[in-house]
Amino acid sequence: MYNFEFEKPATIADAVAALGAEDAQALGGGQTLLPTMKQRLAMPTKLVSLSGIGEMQGVCSNNDGSLSIGGATTHATVAAEAAAQYPALADLASHIGDPAVRNRGTIGGSLANNDPAACYPAAALGSGATIVTNAREIAADDYFQGLFTTALEEGEIITGVRFPVPEAANYQKFLQPASRFALVGVFVAKFADGVRVAVTGASEDGVFRWSEAEQALSASFSPEAVNGLQVDPANMMGDIHGTKEYRAHLIGVLTKRAVAAAS
Amino acid sequence: MPKDSGIGASPKRREDLRFLTGTGNYTDDINLSGQAYVHFLRSDVAHGKINGIDTAAAAAMPGVIRIFTGADFEGVGSIPCGWQVTDRHGQPMQEPAHPVLAQGKVRYVGDAIAAVVAESREQARDAAEAIELDIEELPAVIDMKEAVKEGAPKVHDDLTSNLCYDWGFVEENKPAVEEAFANAAHVTTLELVNNRLVANPMEPRVAVGDFNRATGESTLYTTSQNPHVIRLLMGAFVLGIPEHKLRVIAPDVGGGFGTKIFHYAEEAFCTFAAKALNRAVKWTSTRSEAFMTDAHGRDHVTKIELALDAENNFTAIRTDTYANMGAYLSTFAPSVPTWLHGTLMAGNYKTPLIYVNVKAVFTNTVPVDAYRGAGRPEATFQLERVIDKAARELGVDPIALRRQNFITEFPYATPVAVEYDTGDYHATMDKLIDVADFAGFKARRAESEKNGKLRGLGVNCYIEACGIAPSNLVGQLGARAGLYESATVRVNATGGLVVMTGSHSHGQGHETSFPQVIADMIGIDESMVEIVHGDTANTPMGMGTYGSRSLAVGGSAMVRATEKIIAKAKKIAAHILEASDADIELKDGQFSVAGTDKSLAWGDVTLAAYVPHNYPLEDMEPGLEETAFYDPANFTYPSGAYACEVEVDPETGKITIERFAAADDFGNIVNPMIVDGQVHGGIGQGIGQALLEGCVYDENGQLLSASYMDYAMPRADDLPFYQVDHSCQTPCTHNPLGVKGCGEAGAIGSPPAVVNAVVDALQSAGKDVTHIDMPLTPNRVWSAMNS
Amino acid sequence: MTKVSMTVNGKPASGEVEGRTLLSSFLREDLGLTGTHVGCDTSQCGACVVHVNGKAVKSCTMLAAEADGAEVSTIEGQAAPDGTLNAIQQAFQDHHGLQCGFCTPGMVMSAAALLKDNPKPTEAEVRAYLEGNICRCTGYHNIVKAIMAASGQDVSAIAAE
Repeated sequence: MYNFEFEKPATIADAVAALGAEDAQALGGGQTLLPTMKQRLAMPTKLVSLSGIGEMQGVCSNNDGSLSIGGATTHATVAAEAAAQYPALADLASHIGDPAVRNRGTIGGSLANNDPAACYPAAALGSGATIVTNAREIAADDYFQGLFTTALEEGEIITGVRFPVPEAANYQKFLQPASRFALVGVFVAKFADGVRVAVTGASEDGVFRWSEAEQALSASFSPEAVNGLQVDPANMMGDIHGTKEYRAHLIGVLTKRAVAAAS
Repeated sequence: MPKDSGIGASPKRREDLRFLTGTGNYTDDINLSGQAYVHFLRSDVAHGKINGIDTAAAAAMPGVIRIFTGADFEGVGSIPCGWQVTDRHGQPMQEPAHPVLAQGKVRYVGDAIAAVVAESREQARDAAEAIELDIEELPAVIDMKEAVKEGAPKVHDDLTSNLCYDWGFVEENKPAVEEAFANAAHVTTLELVNNRLVANPMEPRVAVGDFNRATGESTLYTTSQNPHVIRLLMGAFVLGIPEHKLRVIAPDVGGGFGTKIFHYAEEAFCTFAAKALNRAVKWTSTRSEAFMTDAHGRDHVTKIELALDAENNFTAIRTDTYANMGAYLSTFAPSVPTWLHGTLMAGNYKTPLIYVNVKAVFTNTVPVDAYRGAGRPEATFQLERVIDKAARELGVDPIALRRQNFITEFPYATPVAVEYDTGDYHATMDKLIDVADFAGFKARRAESEKNGKLRGLGVNCYIEACGIAPSNLVGQLGARAGLYESATVRVNATGGLVVMTGSHSHGQGHETSFPQVIADMIGIDESMVEIVHGDTANTPMGMGTYGSRSLAVGGSAMVRATEKIIAKAKKIAAHILEASDADIELKDGQFSVAGTDKSLAWGDVTLAAYVPHNYPLEDMEPGLEETAFYDPANFTYPSGAYACEVEVDPETGKITIERFAAADDFGNIVNPMIVDGQVHGGIGQGIGQALLEGCVYDENGQLLSASYMDYAMPRADDLPFYQVDHSCQTPCTHNPLGVKGCGEAGAIGSPPAVVNAVVDALQSAGKDVTHIDMPLTPNRVWSAMNS
Repeated sequence: MTKVSMTVNGKPASGEVEGRTLLSSFLREDLGLTGTHVGCDTSQCGACVVHVNGKAVKSCTMLAAEADGAEVSTIEGQAAPDGTLNAIQQAFQDHHGLQCGFCTPGMVMSAAALLKDNPKPTEAEVRAYLEGNICRCTGYHNIVKAIMAASGQDVSAIAAE
């Protein structure tokens, strides 16, 4: 790693101020950032840890039935504390990385990084969540902008995420066997006004909504509704773990399974 | 009743106490005073001409002590290859120089160009980034068949081509084999890949070089399976340091699996630099660095043909293999696709005629050498796959076809130059059928199908040759080393023993199992025996641990040394008891005179050896310490039968291993718990090869599977509990313990069982799939089902 | 350089670290607690697992500065002061749950974290929990068996010792 200055503020305001320094970067759980820095693929001059900010921790229910999760909340905490209100989200969190990674990695860190094979982007997009930052609120549909690219501005911190809780939801993750990220992951959420289907791991443009499936499932929420639908392989990622065609195929299989599990 | 001590017992491992409490002493735990750190600047292109290396800016960086390049190693020896193969035409293999740091050219991604020694690890790395390189990228050769084509870019300009050797075995058999194929009633042909693997012991490699200017002695601490071999290769061939001025220590070593046999450039560098700088120099590999510098394994592309007569007897086998050597010849690389592969092509079967052709090829990839099984997994995989395919083509039961062709009489001389001493292949197959519960398979398949899954059962046999090796034989075959093993047994005055062995334990539990043997021979408690290994300064010259040889060869040396001890002790006892040597019996640690009640305890005799007041000084020297060098008369031939049951998800192609059973014949067994553990680990690696692991290069020679993010290591949830049985025992006839070796069996025997099972599952659903290359990723299985 | 102070295995420990100093480096190099091992650089092998404030973490993927003020426990703190192994360590020895020993510290620490949350895990739960701990020697058979035995379950029916 290149060396850097370390700062651990106790408030969002102090964190924002610290991030004003040139080439400063926020540090969530560090489960992706630190390995990246070990490879010397990132060289921030300052890391601002968000783990000491109390107001960014925890899971709570809002009056409108939605669920708010602090940006610095670990996957393990989400898995435990969201289980009653939003079991599909808790289940997704309980399968990110491994137990030790889940004790450090945070929802804000995952969403800010927007790895194309990460799980949380599928949950946020599939739920139609709102990304809350120190400066504004961003709808998930506007937030994800391609591989490792988001609507966040320089120095902007994800302080929390607000999830509407669907009537039914499920996440199906098909493991890339080495990294244990999603080779393909599909999050299906059924709301009163329609179904959302978000796919991670598959596309060259990162997490995306599969609108054909959403329409079909909004009309009939059953696995059979997806029959005959096929994502165009052309835009999928192809690598040593799966071809474009295979990923496109898995999206269909996993969507059906998610619907079956959610029904 | 299980025994509670001695041979056949399973005492708890004594080494566990330090490993479980964090008090082991691995090489990276060693930090010497004044130690500096080295970082290697490695090539990021697979093939290139070095036009210039400018280290001026880097040398001025904070903490930098010195930067070395290839120029600093002119006049230093080449990293040697320990085995010379002779080709079909009687010519020696092509053998390129292998410099410590690249000279003139880089030949694979990871080839070391420069080494920065600095006060800290990070300073060394910071400075390495400031070295300015002028490297002209050249076209790389990655694919073996492309590499041997006329006009292909040459990895080594001074060689005539990229062909290391073209080996035929047995060359004289070739016409008869051709004739057998011409006359065959049926021929089954299979083309396959034995996937390239990375051994991945969990401890990355580490080297710490040290130099004492006052004594002129160099010391190397290294993660090695054979410190004496490193001392000889590095001292004599690379750095020109005589053995008495070079000490090599391999302390606790965190797994080897073959890849820590070889002498690596980093070891020579640290030893060289420590002397040049007069301070200790340490290198710790990162895992990412390990992927591009540890010798890889396997990587064969093979066509195998099996000829059968009208009664389904095997009449001939013909194979055609390309074997990847990588960019340089690693220590034992040439021997793996030849003498450890061709000699095993008979398997468990009485096929009378066999011809094996192997073309070893240089490519712009990491050197390839022995990995657990080394050559024998490649032989077993192709043979057991082609037999399975033949059975399906002929519509006969694959087990019946195997049984019909089993070798049943021993000793048996194969047409590929080895002689099996013992075995009972029907017995291990019978045992397997029982242990694996074949009877219940139908019901389990029905249950799987009810859940929308396909279920398959795959079976295979294996034979391997281990306990390498008779030195005079391997010498004729091209080995440049002897392959005996050594032991010195030192008895202390109060009766305790220390065994200094040339074998090396890096997970095998020698500290526990070796004392079981000695305790049995003398009739004393195991706690009275201590094992010392891993340090050239206090162990006799030995060849180390690989090829499942430690107990069969190293253990035999220990037995021979202990026999000498007992013979001498009996003479001492006879003198004290005033009896004839021939009448002295040793039982339960007591010497007694046959037919009398006169006896003497072990400790009384050992004390007399060092306090020789009442002692036959005129006939014998005092003291009780003996050394033996044991050179085996033959290889040992463990064998067995394995079964795998898989479920395949037809929608995704994902395979789960539902059951795995192994019935092995390892001859006599000293510690059943350790033997089971060795088999478990081998099976885990074999399933890893079959389903998960594979090294992938792109066409430019970039390693795509360069970390655990892309190289799939088997995890706990990829594997089941295994049923392992080793009750079938046909003892080895030519070593004193009757043992055969168990370290590699699991890795040799398991991959074909997995693939056979998957093919069985797919065919059960009417899919016309006869083979899928490993690793059987979900994508590959799905593609095979839908092509 | 920043000063960090923490409690390691019940004893106070402190030192000066750079921003980039990992907890694993601090433990191994500054405190000499070399039982914590580093087997990869992508946060996957788990040889470096320790507990920070009671939770299993990969010490190679946590900055030492982040552990300032924390309670850290490592493999060196698992046995009793007289050397008696704890139940998990003892089960690993009894059931041959280790061979080369390199992954073992992380395995034992992960097993301890699992059994704290789930005192009687099933085989599948043990295997799932060990997702972040790679062993190359044992094929996991005896590790899974040892952890189940450490939880007080009868493992005699599981094939082969």
